[in-house]
Amino acid sequence: MTGEGNGEHDRARRFRDAALPYLDDVYSLARYLMRNPADAEDAAQECYVRALRHFDSYRGPAMKPWLLTILRNVCNAEFARRRKQETPTDLSEHETAAEELPIWQEPTSSPETTMVRRQEGDTIRRLVAALPQPFREAIVLREINDLSYHEIAEVAGVPVGTVMSRLARARSMLRAAWNGAEGAMP
Amino acid sequence: MNCEDSEILLNALIDGELDAGHARDVEEHVTACSACAKKLTEFREVHDAVSAAGLKMAAPAHLRSRIEKALPLASAGVIAPRKFFQPSRRTFFGGFAVGTALSAALAASLVLTVVRTDQEQTIANEVVSAHIRSLQAGHLMDVETSDQHTVKPWFNGRVDVSPPVIDLTAQGFRLLGGRLDYIDGEPVASVVYQRRKHIINLFVAQRLGASHASTRIEAIQGYNVRHWSEVGLDFWAVSDVAPDELDEFDRKIAAALRPAGSS
Repeated sequence: MTGEGNGEHDRARRFRDAALPYLDDVYSLARYLMRNPADAEDAAQECYVRALRHFDSYRGPAMKPWLLTILRNVCNAEFARRRKQETPTDLSEHETAAEELPIWQEPTSSPETTMVRRQEGDTIRRLVAALPQPFREAIVLREINDLSYHEIAEVAGVPVGTVMSRLARARSMLRAAWNGAEGAMP
Repeated sequence: MNCEDSEILLNALIDGELDAGHARDVEEHVTACSACAKKLTEFREVHDAVSAAGLKMAAPAHLRSRIEKALPLASAGVIAPRKFFQPSRRTFFGGFAVGTALSAALAASLVLTVVRTDQEQTIANEVVSAHIRSLQAGHLMDVETSDQHTVKPWFNGRVDVSPPVIDLTAQGFRLLGGRLDYIDGEPVASVVYQRRKHIINLFVAQRLGASHASTRIEAIQGYNVRHWSEVGLDFWAVSDVAPDELDEFDRKIAAALRPAGSS
């Protein structure tokens, strides 16, 4: 490992083999955290670049949660940077509001009421995307990235109990929002 | 289980995160409680709908090639400080604040008893490794005696607990002696028993992993492991005896620990 170009090359190859199979997971989480494709792609690339840099300190066994933790930190750093260094645009204001507002707000007036039944998957995607950050993150890590509670806790840097209550809350919110979108009474 | 903590438990059930005993408790509760049964159905519908919605996105091909191009450059770069992967960044979103602080506190306490922890799994594996090590010639005992009054004082100053040493010879578990062992980097007491030709290691520590109100038996590498908590101590019994015999052992130890007359 000491300065051999060959070893370096070998290391990068091992990293690619281990990490690239999770690109869809990384990209999906990035989409839900960054909320637009261009930012998600930048975040995913930065995630892989950083992960390779830290590959030596990677101690398995689970590559996926490790990558997702790095991705989450990349996204957080980006939000922090925007908040500090830029005058808030509409988008970042929206982000800030969503993140600093952890308390559940009932999204009763969903604009897509009419198209729900035709495009249920689309609706659910929107409902998930509309969740406040900690809940959105928890549900995406669970349902899309298929992580265990302990892995989610590791990625989000919170106790498992917090993960449990966030997931329960997230599903309650989705249920309420879904009912609202369907115009059905619970 | 009561209805107040059910939302978290119902979700953990749906996610397959409850251990077998608690999953059964929750399922039993649901058969008797229509309110929770309704909640379970609703949570399950949400879970199913989200799974069925196919929310996972395929990374675009150009992103993949972009990353593949970027990687060798990153690889050639300087080595960054190794402080990056630190899971606790909980302050970023203003700390943990959900609408119901109560349910959060509840969940935090629940998780100690309900969800098996990775740490616990690690410790269970270490306990089994320590047991296997102890079976190698000359490793079983540091103090060899069937006299409990010799074994117990031997641990003084060697571990930070005074492990109960109970002579169960009359009940089929012969006390062989004691040993100092290391689990998870901490010195722990091991009290060694014998059942016919089988060795039982009883590891005793102040706290190995999360504390457990209930007992559970599991098989690791062919050994049966039983973990329980009593009188403020953590107990791990490891042996190749049959599970029901390990149960019996555990009951006898537990019974001897309880003061006479109390239930």
